[in-house]
Amino acid sequence: MNWPVVLVVVLLSTACASAGDWPQWRGIHGSGVASDVKLPERWSATENIRWKVSLPGRGVSGPVVVDDRVYLTASSAFRSERLHVLSFDLGSGRLLWERQLWATNSTQCHEKTCPAAPTPVTDGERVVALFGTFDLVCFDRSGTLLWYRSLGRDYPDVNNQVGFATSPILWEDGLFVALETESEAFLLAIDKRTGLNRWKTPRPKTLTWATPLVLQSPDGVELVLQSLFGLSAYDPVTGAVRWEYDGKIDSIPSPVSSGGAVFAGGPMHAVEPGAPERPAKLRWKSQQLSASTASPLVYRGRVYGVNSAGVLACGNVADGSVLWKERLEGPFSASPVAGDGKLYYVNETGLTTVVNTEGSERIIATNNLGETLLASPAIAGGALLLRSDRHLFCIGSRADEKR
Amino acid sequence: MGILNRRFALPLLLFLVGAAGKLTRAGDEEVARLVERIRAVAAEGRGNVEASAASQRLARLGPDALPEVLVALEGADPIASNWLRAAVDTIAERSLAQGKALPRTKLETFVLDRRHSGRVRRLAYEWLARADPSAPERLIPGMLTDPAAELRRDAVARELRVAQKLLDEGKGPEALVAYRKLFPFSRDEDQVKQIATVLEKQGEPVDLTRHFGFIQQWRLIGPFDNTDKKGYDFAYPPEKEVDFTGEYKGKGSTVGWLEHVTTDLYGVVNFNKVLGKNKSAVAYAVAEIESEVERPVHIRASSHNAVKIWLNGELLFTCNAYHRGIRMDQYQTRGTLRAGRNAIRVKVCEDAQPESWAQEWMFQLRVCDETGGGLR
Repeated sequence: MNWPVVLVVVLLSTACASAGDWPQWRGIHGSGVASDVKLPERWSATENIRWKVSLPGRGVSGPVVVDDRVYLTASSAFRSERLHVLSFDLGSGRLLWERQLWATNSTQCHEKTCPAAPTPVTDGERVVALFGTFDLVCFDRSGTLLWYRSLGRDYPDVNNQVGFATSPILWEDGLFVALETESEAFLLAIDKRTGLNRWKTPRPKTLTWATPLVLQSPDGVELVLQSLFGLSAYDPVTGAVRWEYDGKIDSIPSPVSSGGAVFAGGPMHAVEPGAPERPAKLRWKSQQLSASTASPLVYRGRVYGVNSAGVLACGNVADGSVLWKERLEGPFSASPVAGDGKLYYVNETGLTTVVNTEGSERIIATNNLGETLLASPAIAGGALLLRSDRHLFCIGSRADEKR
Repeated sequence: MGILNRRFALPLLLFLVGAAGKLTRAGDEEVARLVERIRAVAAEGRGNVEASAASQRLARLGPDALPEVLVALEGADPIASNWLRAAVDTIAERSLAQGKALPRTKLETFVLDRRHSGRVRRLAYEWLARADPSAPERLIPGMLTDPAAELRRDAVARELRVAQKLLDEGKGPEALVAYRKLFPFSRDEDQVKQIATVLEKQGEPVDLTRHFGFIQQWRLIGPFDNTDKKGYDFAYPPEKEVDFTGEYKGKGSTVGWLEHVTTDLYGVVNFNKVLGKNKSAVAYAVAEIESEVERPVHIRASSHNAVKIWLNGELLFTCNAYHRGIRMDQYQTRGTLRAGRNAIRVKVCEDAQPESWAQEWMFQLRVCDETGGGLR
């Protein structure tokens, strides 16, 4: 199959999301890139806020959006044992519905995180939410429960004492959940319609936070998982390993793909996917283009990584050569997103640096919401959705002011 | 009313009452049937398809179904509980959105009946509070002794606000009385600490260890071998007999029982300090507690390590996992103390993992009532 055909097939089959939607963690294909235009550049806690709603609990999870419906998770109560799934109207911020679960497994984790850490995923008809307690639930768009699983009770050896955060992803009728911990690790394929297992394949037993990538390769669609030990690609239908790349990368940031390569950090690796009979190939590797907790971003032919010191490096996707560096105000837990020629880097104190990818003036603005913010943003409806510990903000000019 | 109408009025009324009764019974039967399908869900999603259909049907019922679904939550396993909870939330939310009244009286009766599960009562309370905004102020003040953790927490929080206000207004003596009165009712660690901090600042001694029921006095023995984590399932002599004069072949040398009183306020026993630093090792701890009467108790423990807990020789709890961190009340189990002397035995296994964060070999344990208060 050639590349254009693959692209069309994948675009048609990856959920029902369309441009302007943000169906999973870091949007369509987990790229972090939106096609929206006229995105906001400047805001504060009171300026350029389209709407702002209070949340019933904390969350490291980000919002997802399809068909003007925003879905979000939260956890609350003394021991964070209440798990919330919420739906809001994108236009007004009105709460459409809220459902709660009781955590069925330990909520113990590092104080910085909480059970509402994985970002939900939606195909527009249903929303699937996974929590750090390994509770997995699927509602239809109106909030009716379709199915529920307690993966922690199904697989009691799974445990992440630091705090599980890997987000689920959808492809066609499959829901894919990577549960990778020191005591048990596997990639699980579940029928999104019923919640029943399709296949389960082992993964290296090590704590991992990276979210799988749906990769459009010339040989078909593959699920690429990143761990400390490298990259592995799986057939989404059978769970068979298609190719592997051995190399010490990192277990926190998630890979992205562009131009026939997978970009994965820690130290940035540009890897050309392999096939069952063809090994994956390292195109280039760069310590200077390092990604730390925040995942890498590829946008308009350039690759970006921000390291633990807050230094943002921009490189050429073709050879990894560094084009420029800029120190940002960190630290960053959220992964960056891009759209309308701008990059958005949101730090843990709620300060967003808006980076210009086109002109000579690199920093367009720094905008402070003044609230703890660990969740990766979403872009939808010409707005930026930011989720703090207390609020969900929709940032942009008001709908009636949109051009 | 004319004669004709009077002639038909009574039969009509009887018909309507009968029909209503039949409808109610039919509704009850339907709820019961749907609940049964949901409660049949099993591991790895088995029964999901049937449960999904039942759940969607349940969610379409009106608010009158709420009390029965709440009752159905009693005794449901954690998985079925979440299915049923979603049905409660969906019915209640949609009913309110459609302007339908929730059955307030039945909800309030359910909330106030302490025989029901605490968290199901809390669920009923929250929907009652949505339907009747006066409910919190009416109900919460009477819940300081409530076994439902979140209802009790709200009651304590309410009194804390009163006490804090007194303090803020410079009414120190009145505030002190309020905090002192409140302390015995507090259960959640953050609230307990908040009260204790104020009392201690005012020179009032606070016994956190006794308040929570942590055991500080233990007899310890070890290390025994846990190479390849095999010691977890191997029954060393302290599992077979309790003879505090006994000596046994341990890991590398003969081991005997040591008396140990931890000074940690939260009862943490650190084997690395008492028995020496060991890897791939098993240790046992035994505590004796007296009870005047036979009574049910909660046993709440925490450990980085794999643990087993026995009460009077009965194995109550196992967790074969390592390096899960430690947090108060991490593991909870129930047992029954007999009148007289009781023995609690804990087995704590450390593995060989070399990382700096994998070196802890410790546990803490408390015996308390169902609300988490130390035994009185």
